[in-house]
Amino acid sequence: MITVSELIQLMLYALALFLLTPPLGKLMAMVFRGERTFLTPALGWLERVAYRVSGIDPDKAMDWKGYLWSLLSFNAFGFAVVFLLQFFQSSLPFNPQQLPDVSWHLAFNTAVSFMTNTNWQSYAGEVTLSYLVQMLGLTVQNFVSAATGIAVLLALVRGIAGRSTGSIGNFWADLTRSIVYLLLPLSIILSLFLVSEGVVQTFSGSRTVTTLEGVQQTIPLGPAASQVAIKQLGTNGGGFFNMNSAYPHENPTPFSNFLQMLSILLIPSALVYMFGAMVNARRHAWVVWGVMFFLFAAGVTLSLWSEYTVNAVTGVGGGMEGKETRFGVANSILWSVATTAASNGSVNSMHDSFSPLSGTVAMMNIMLGEIIFGGVGAGLYGMMIFIILTVFIAGLMVGRTPEYLGKKIESFEVRMAAIAMLLPSAGILLFTALASVADAGLAGLNNQGPHGFSEILYAFASTAGNNGSAFAGLTANTPFYNTLLGINMLIGRFGVIVPMLAIAGSLAQKKITPLSSGTFPTDTFLFGVLLTGTMLIVGALTFIPAQVLGPVAEHFLMLNGKVF
Amino acid sequence: MTSKTAPSTLSFLTGGIAAQAVKDSFKKFHPKLLVKNPVMFVVAVGSLMTTVIVVQEPSAFNLQITLWLWFTVLFANFAEAVAEGRGKAQAEALRKNRSQLVARLKTLAGERSVPATQLKKGDHVICETGDVIPADGVIIDGIASVDESAITGESAPVVRESGDDRSSVTGGTKVLSDRIVVRVSSEPGSSFLDRIISLVEGSKRQKTPNEVALTILLSALTIIFLLVVATLPAYVQYAELASGQTGGALTSLPVLVALLVCLIPTTIGGLLSAVGISGMDRLIRKNVIATSGRAAEAAGDVDVLLLDKTGTITLGNRMAANFFPADGIQPRYLADAAQLSSLADETPEGRSIVVLAKERYQLRGRDVSEVAGHFVPFSAHTRMSGVDIPKEGSGEIERSIRKGSADAIKKLIAGLGGSFPKELQTVVDEIARKGSTPLVVAENALVLGVIELKDIVKGGIKERFLQLRQMGIKTVMITGDNPLTAAAIAAEAGVDDFIAEARPEDKLKRIRDEQANGRLVGMIGDGTNDAPALAQADVGIAMNSGTQAAREAGNMVDLDSNPTKLIEVVETGKQLLMTRGALTTFSIANDVAKYFAIIPAMVGGLYAASPDSPGPLSVLNIMQLSSPQSAILSAVIFNALIIIALIPLALRGVQYRAIGADAVLWRNLLIYGIGGMVVPFVGIKLIDIIITALRIL
Repeated sequence: MITVSELIQLMLYALALFLLTPPLGKLMAMVFRGERTFLTPALGWLERVAYRVSGIDPDKAMDWKGYLWSLLSFNAFGFAVVFLLQFFQSSLPFNPQQLPDVSWHLAFNTAVSFMTNTNWQSYAGEVTLSYLVQMLGLTVQNFVSAATGIAVLLALVRGIAGRSTGSIGNFWADLTRSIVYLLLPLSIILSLFLVSEGVVQTFSGSRTVTTLEGVQQTIPLGPAASQVAIKQLGTNGGGFFNMNSAYPHENPTPFSNFLQMLSILLIPSALVYMFGAMVNARRHAWVVWGVMFFLFAAGVTLSLWSEYTVNAVTGVGGGMEGKETRFGVANSILWSVATTAASNGSVNSMHDSFSPLSGTVAMMNIMLGEIIFGGVGAGLYGMMIFIILTVFIAGLMVGRTPEYLGKKIESFEVRMAAIAMLLPSAGILLFTALASVADAGLAGLNNQGPHGFSEILYAFASTAGNNGSAFAGLTANTPFYNTLLGINMLIGRFGVIVPMLAIAGSLAQKKITPLSSGTFPTDTFLFGVLLTGTMLIVGALTFIPAQVLGPVAEHFLMLNGKVF
Repeated sequence: MTSKTAPSTLSFLTGGIAAQAVKDSFKKFHPKLLVKNPVMFVVAVGSLMTTVIVVQEPSAFNLQITLWLWFTVLFANFAEAVAEGRGKAQAEALRKNRSQLVARLKTLAGERSVPATQLKKGDHVICETGDVIPADGVIIDGIASVDESAITGESAPVVRESGDDRSSVTGGTKVLSDRIVVRVSSEPGSSFLDRIISLVEGSKRQKTPNEVALTILLSALTIIFLLVVATLPAYVQYAELASGQTGGALTSLPVLVALLVCLIPTTIGGLLSAVGISGMDRLIRKNVIATSGRAAEAAGDVDVLLLDKTGTITLGNRMAANFFPADGIQPRYLADAAQLSSLADETPEGRSIVVLAKERYQLRGRDVSEVAGHFVPFSAHTRMSGVDIPKEGSGEIERSIRKGSADAIKKLIAGLGGSFPKELQTVVDEIARKGSTPLVVAENALVLGVIELKDIVKGGIKERFLQLRQMGIKTVMITGDNPLTAAAIAAEAGVDDFIAEARPEDKLKRIRDEQANGRLVGMIGDGTNDAPALAQADVGIAMNSGTQAAREAGNMVDLDSNPTKLIEVVETGKQLLMTRGALTTFSIANDVAKYFAIIPAMVGGLYAASPDSPGPLSVLNIMQLSSPQSAILSAVIFNALIIIALIPLALRGVQYRAIGADAVLWRNLLIYGIGGMVVPFVGIKLIDIIITALRIL
C-alpha cells in the first residue's frame, strides 16, 4: 500500500509545480516581449554581446520561412559539431580516459539525439564519450535544443496574437533570450543545489577503489552537476552517466530527486502560463494546463495502483525490482510519469521492470506526442495539434467555421496539423513493424514474448516523441537501431516543427475575429473535456493495436501467471 | 416555419426521386467520381481486393464481408444521389419552362424573330402580353405586369417598370399585360435562370472551403488508420514467433480490410457531400438561391447583420399621424402645403400625408396634373422632396414647398436666410423621442410646421433579435431617420446598434469597418445604391424584386424579396456546419466500440496456453460477441447500416436552436459524442445476436 508520507510527497510536488508556474510564466512573457525585467541589469550585457558577436539585429522581423530557415541551419550546424567531436574525440583534448573515436552510426544517432532534444542514448556516457564531447557537444545542445523548442512556441504565439502581419518574430533573438534569461540562470541555481546535495562536478577521470568486500570497483566521475541541471530543465534527459538519475553521483538524495523531478516539468508548465499571458487568453491557458495536469495525475494514479497491486506471479505488491531504495516506489513512479509526460527521458529507475500497466502509462504519455506538459516548447506546440483538431471538429458543432482565439482554422492549418500528427505516428508504427520482423531488429532483444515487443515499440515511440527514455532491455547500439532511431528522431522533431511554423505564419496573416456568445468557447471546463477526449480518442486509437500486443498482452498474461 | 417550406425527409424518398437515386448510386461507382471522396475510395479499393480473395478462396465469411463492404460504398453513393435528386427534379421543371423561346429582337428596321439562345448582351427585345421574356434584362421602355412564378413560385403578378428600382426582369418569366422593351443584360447560357438551374442541380458544385478542410482531416485519419492496419500483420508475426504458435490470430486480407473500413471515418466520409448539397437545398426551399456553397457556409459565420429599418424591422409604411404647425401658421395651411408637396409622392408615407390632410381638414387630394407645378422627387443626398409652383403665367417660382428631415430643412432655410423656430425644435425632438419620424415642411424660407410619421415595428421582431444575440450576432439597423428617431425605434425593436441618417456610402463604410475588425457581415438589399455594399458584404442577399445591379452584386438572391429572410439564411448556414461537426464527432467516437469488437477477434487467440483455449487477450471481448468471425462481420454491417440510418439526419440537418454556443456544444456533444460511443456497442451486439441466430457464418 502507498504510505502517507508518499502521498504527502506527491502532493507537495503538485503544489510546488502549481505555485511556481505563474511567477516563472510571467517572467518569461516579459522576457520574450523584450521588456525589461529584474534580470536585465545582471544579464542584459550578455544578450547584447551575443548579438554583437554574431552580428544579429534582434528587431529584424522574420516571416515563417525565414524563421524556419534560420532554425534549420542553426540545428544543422549543431548536428555537424556534435558529430565531428565524437568522430574525432581521440585526437581532441579533455579525454582523460583515452576513449576511442565513436562509430559513424553511434555518432550520427547521438548527434541527432541531442540536436532534437531527445537525448536517446545508445551508449553509456561515462565509457564512450570524452568530457569535451559531453560539455562542448552535448551540454551546449542541451541548452540550444531546449531554446529551439521555446523559439518554435514563441513563433506560434506571435502567429496567434498577430493581426494581419507576416512576421512571427526573430529566431536568433528568441534563441538568445531563452538561453540568457531562462535556461542559464535556472541551471546555475539548480546545479548549485545539486552540488550541495552531493552531485559530482570534477574534471578528474574515474577512480578505481577497493570496496568493503575487497572487490575492485570503478567509480565514474566527471563534470556532472552542470549537465544534470540542464538535462532536467531543458527536458533533455541525457544522463552524464549511463544509469542516469538512478546513479548516486547524479542523483544522491531524496531532496536532489525532488528538485530534479520538479525541474522536469517546471519550464513546460510555466510556458503554458506564458502562452496565456502573451496571447491574452489566460483562462484558456489554465484550461490547457488543467488538461495536462489531469492526464499527468491520472497517469501517476494508474501507475501507482498497478505498481502496488499484488503481482499475480511474485505475490508482491510495490516491488522494488529496478527501483532505488533511497527513492522508493512512489517517487520512482512519479519520476517515470513526469519524465515520459515531459519528453525528458531521464530515469531514476528502470521502466523495464515496472508492472506492465505502468509501462503502458509511460508509453502512452510518449505516444500522445509528449504533450502532457511535454518538452520545453515542444510540449505546448505539440498540444497545439490536438487543440486545432478539437477546435476544428467540435468547433463546427456550434455552427460556425472553426476559429481558435479569433483566428480561423482553415484547410491550410488543418493540413499542417494533419502532417504534424501523421509523421511521428507513421515513424513509430512503420519502424516498429520493421524492427519486429527484421533479424537485425530481433537481435537486439534481451526479453521474450510481448515484453520484447514493448521494448521495440517503446524505443521508437521514445525517439519519435523526442523523449529519449528507454525501456531498457534493448541493445540499441547497432547500425540498424542507431540509424532507424536517428531517422525517427528527425521525423519526430522536424516533422512537427516545420508544419507548426507554417501554421504560425499562416495564422499571423489572419484577422482576429472578436469573441461573441456564438464563438466556440476555449476557456471552459467543457473545452478541457473535449480536448482530453480528442487526445485520448484520436491519439490513442492510433496505437491501441500495438499496445494490445505489447503491454496489455503482458498484463493479462501476468494475471494468468506468466511473466517475461 | 411555414408549411410551404417545411422540409420533410419522407418527400426525398418518394416516387421518382428514390428510384432515380438508386440508379444514380450505381453510376457513382465510376472511379472518376469515387476518387473525389478519399475515404470512400479507400473503401472501394478494399472491397475490390477482398473480391479477388473471394474468387480465390470462397467462404461464407469472406463473401459476406465483401458484400457488406460494397454495400458501404453503395450506401454512401445513395446518400449523395438522394440529396441531388430533389435538386435535379426542380432543375428539370425549370428547364421545361424555358423550352424553345423565340425572342422579338428590335432592329433599326423594326423587329425580327430570333431564337432566345442567340441573344447577346445589349440587344433590345420587345415583349408584349403573353410573351415569355427571353433573357435577363432591364426594362428601358414601358411598364408591365409580370408573372414570375416560374422563378419564385409566387403566382401573384408583379409590376415592372422602366427607370426605377423595379426595372429588371428575369428570363423565363411571362408578361401578363402591356408592352415593354428590354435591354438584354446577360450573355447566352449565363442568364439568371441558367445559373439557378445549374445551382439547383448541383452540377457545378464545388467543395466549400470548410468542406475541403474537413476532407483533408478525414484523409489524414484514413492514412493513419491505413498505417495502423498495414503494420498490424508485422506485430502479429512477432507475437506468433514469440509465443511459438501459428494461426493464433486472424490477419487474412478480408479481416484487415474490414478493420480498416471500420476505423476510417466512413460515416462522415459517406455523408459529407449529402450534407453540403442538402444545405443548399434547404436554402432553395426557403426560396433563397445562393450563387455558391461558399456563401451558404459563410452565412453560418456572420457576426454582424446590417438590416434596413424599413421593411425588415418596421412594417415599412410610416403613416402620417399629426400636423404640428409653427407659431402663427394655420393648421389648415400646413396641411395644404404638406398635401401639395406629397401629391407626386407615391411612397406610402407620401400617400398617408395626403390622406391625413383629407381626413383632418377635408382637403381633397388633387390630381398631380391639376397643379401646374414641378415636383422635386426625394433624393438620398438632399433628403427632401417637394414641389415648385410657378406664378401663374410666368416661369418664376412663387411657392417652393419642401418637406424633409429637420436637418435638411434647417440647412435649406439657413441657405435662404430664414431661421428655424425654436419651439418647433422641441416638437421635432419630442416626436423623435417617441420613435416617430418628424417631417418638417417649409415654404420658401418659412418653416410651416412638422408632420409626425409613425413607424410600426413588426410583431415578433424583438424576439428574433434576442435569438440572434444569443447566437452571438450583432444587429445593426440602418435608417435614413435622424439619430433620435433611430434610437427610439432601435430600442423598441431591440437591435444592438443603428446608423442614423445613413447614406449608401455609410453602409459601405460600416461594412468595411466591421470587416477590418475581423467580423463577417451579412446584409440584404435591393436598390442600385445597395450594390456596392452587397458586393462588399460577406453574405449579401439581393431581393429578387431589386435591380439587376443588386442581384449581380450579392451572393444570394431571395426570390420572395422578404428582408427577414436573412435570419433564416444564417440559421441554415449554422445548421450546415453543425451537421458536419456532429457527424464527424459521431464517426470518430464510433471507433472505440469497433476496436473492442475487432481487435479481440483478431488477436484473441494469441499466447493461448493451448490451441483450444482462448488466449489472454480474449478478455477484451467485452461485448461477448459469439465468435471472431461474427464479431468482425457485425462491425462491418453496423458500419454500413449506420450510413443509411443517418441519411435523414444528413438531409434534414442537425436541429438548430438559438441558444448560446456553450449550450449548443453541450447538447451536440452529449448526442453525437457520447451517443457515438454508446450506439455502436449496442448496435454491434444486436447484429451479432441476429447473425448468430441466423447461422449464416
